[in-house]
Amino acid sequence: MEDSVLTAEETILETRDLTAGFDGKDVVHGVSLAVPKWKVTAIMGPSGCGKTTFMRCINRMHELAPNAQVSGEVLLDGQDVYHINPIELRRRIGMVFQRPNPFPTMSIYNNVVAGYTLNGARMDRTDRDQIVEETLRRTTLWDEVKDALYRRGSFLSGGQQQRLCIARALAMKPEILLLDEPTSALDPKSTAAIEELIVSLKGSVTIVQVTHNIPQAARISDYTAFIHLGELVEFGPTNKLFTVPKDKRTEEYLSGKFG
Amino acid sequence: MRPQMTPRGVRASDPALRGRLRADKAFMGGMLAISMIAVLPLVLILLFIIIRGASSINWQFLTELPKPMGEAGGGISNAIVGTVILIIVASVISMPLGILSGIFLSESGKSGLGRVTRLSVETLMGVPSIVIGIVAYVWVVRPMGHFSALSGGVALAMIMLPVITLSTEETLLLIPMSLREAALALGVSYPRTVLKVILPAGASGVITGALLGVARAAGETAPLLFTSFGSPYMVLDILKPMASLPQTIYFYATSPYPAWQTLAWGASFVLLVLVLVLNLLTKLVTSRWKTQF
Repeated sequence: MEDSVLTAEETILETRDLTAGFDGKDVVHGVSLAVPKWKVTAIMGPSGCGKTTFMRCINRMHELAPNAQVSGEVLLDGQDVYHINPIELRRRIGMVFQRPNPFPTMSIYNNVVAGYTLNGARMDRTDRDQIVEETLRRTTLWDEVKDALYRRGSFLSGGQQQRLCIARALAMKPEILLLDEPTSALDPKSTAAIEELIVSLKGSVTIVQVTHNIPQAARISDYTAFIHLGELVEFGPTNKLFTVPKDKRTEEYLSGKFG
Repeated sequence: MRPQMTPRGVRASDPALRGRLRADKAFMGGMLAISMIAVLPLVLILLFIIIRGASSINWQFLTELPKPMGEAGGGISNAIVGTVILIIVASVISMPLGILSGIFLSESGKSGLGRVTRLSVETLMGVPSIVIGIVAYVWVVRPMGHFSALSGGVALAMIMLPVITLSTEETLLLIPMSLREAALALGVSYPRTVLKVILPAGASGVITGALLGVARAAGETAPLLFTSFGSPYMVLDILKPMASLPQTIYFYATSPYPAWQTLAWGASFVLLVLVLVLNLLTKLVTSRWKTQF
C-alpha cells in the first residue's frame, strides 16, 4: 500500500497493523490504514470479509463481544484509542448501525439529545432545543418531523429512523462518524436520501462507511479501502481505485467476479 | 357472496371426501368439548363463590370489624387492610431484589454466579409455601419473640421474589442487542445503559411480573398461619400480628358456625375480585405499554 496518495490530506485516524477476531480466530489481519480528515472513506468488501469488525475496533465496540481479541494500534489524532476511556472515545467517534435503532421509549426530540440526557448532562431547555433543531436540519429531517417532535421515533419510516440515528450520533458533535452499512436495510428512495445526507456532511465531519454496495462506494466516497478475507488489499482515492485498480483482486471484485 | 373457509356448502359427491369432512367436524367438536371440560372447574368455582359470597357483601361487611361470636353481622375490614399492608411490605422487600436480580440474570446469567442464582431462584419457585412460612418463622418470628405482619411480609416476599426475578430476566432477554449498542455507541456508561435504556424498554414486562407476583402472594395462606398469624382488630403496626384475607377465610371456613362460614364465603369473594383485578391489570399493562421495537 502506498501512503503517497494521502500526503495532501490531513490524517485524523490511523490504524497500524490492526488484527482482531473472536475466540482466538482472527477475522481482520494486520490492517494499516490512514483515514483523511473531513472526507468520506468507504470500507468496501464482500460479506464476511471483516470490514464491520475492523470498524468496530475503531470505537472499541468490538471488545464488547465475549471472547473478542484485538491487537495493533488505532490512533485518533495520534493518540492510541486503547488508552482512551471507551466512554469518552465513543462520544468523539459516533456510530450508526445497519438497522435503524432509535430508542423505542423516547420521543424524536429525546432521541436526538439522548447522548446528553442518558449521560446525565444538565442542559438548558433552549440549548437542547437548539441542538435538536440544528441537528435535525443538518440531517434533512427537520421539515418532516418538526410537527411530531414529541412522538415516538419508532413511528417514523425506516429511512427516517436511520436519519434520526445519524442525527443522534451527530448531536454529540463527534470528530468521526462510523456508518456500518447504513442503507442495507432501506429502500432505494431512503437510500438516496441517506447518501445525499452523507455527501452534505463532507467537510464538517470525517465519515468512515462500511459497505458491500460497490456503486454506493463509488457515488459517495472520496477514498475507498478494499478489504478481502480480512486483509487490506488496496486503498486510495475512489476515482483511481475504481478506474485503475492496482491489485488484480480489486479489479475482479469490481467486475463482479466474486463478492 | 364471500368465499367460505369451511367447506360447509360444498356438495361432496365423492364419498371419501365426505368421510374426511365428517372426521374434520368430529375433531373440531371433540376439541371444543375437551376445552369446555377444562374450563368447567374454574367456572364452577367462580359461580359457587359468587352465589355464596356476593350475597354477604355489603357496605357493613367491607367497613366493619368482625363481631364477637354470637353477635350477628360484622365485617372483614381488618383483613382487607391487613392483606394490603402485607402485600406492600412484601413488595417493598421483593420488588427491588427481584428486579435487580432479574437484571443481573439477563446481563450475566451465563457466568458462574449467574447459573447459581438462576438455579436458586428456580428452586425457590418450587419450594412449598408452608416451608417458606417456617423459614420466615425461624428468621423473623423467633428472634422478635412474637407474630408480626413484618414476618408475614417476609414470607410473601420470598414467594414473590422468584416470580419477579424470572419474569424480569425473560423480558430483558427479549430486548434487542441493537438497543444496547445504540446507547453504548453514544458513550453511555454500562450501568446507565441498563437502567435508562434496557429497563424502560422492558418496563411493561417488569411491571407485569411484579403484578403477577402480587397476585400470587395475595392468595397465600399457609405461610401466614405462623407469621402474621391474624388478629380480630384493626392493626396498622407491622410489628404486630395482623389479619389477612386468606387467613380469615381459613379461620372462618373451618369454624362450626354457619354465620362465620358465610363470612368466609364473602371474604373469598373479595379475595377473588382482588386477584381478578390484578390479573386484568397485568393484561392492560402488557397491551398498553408494550414497547414497539
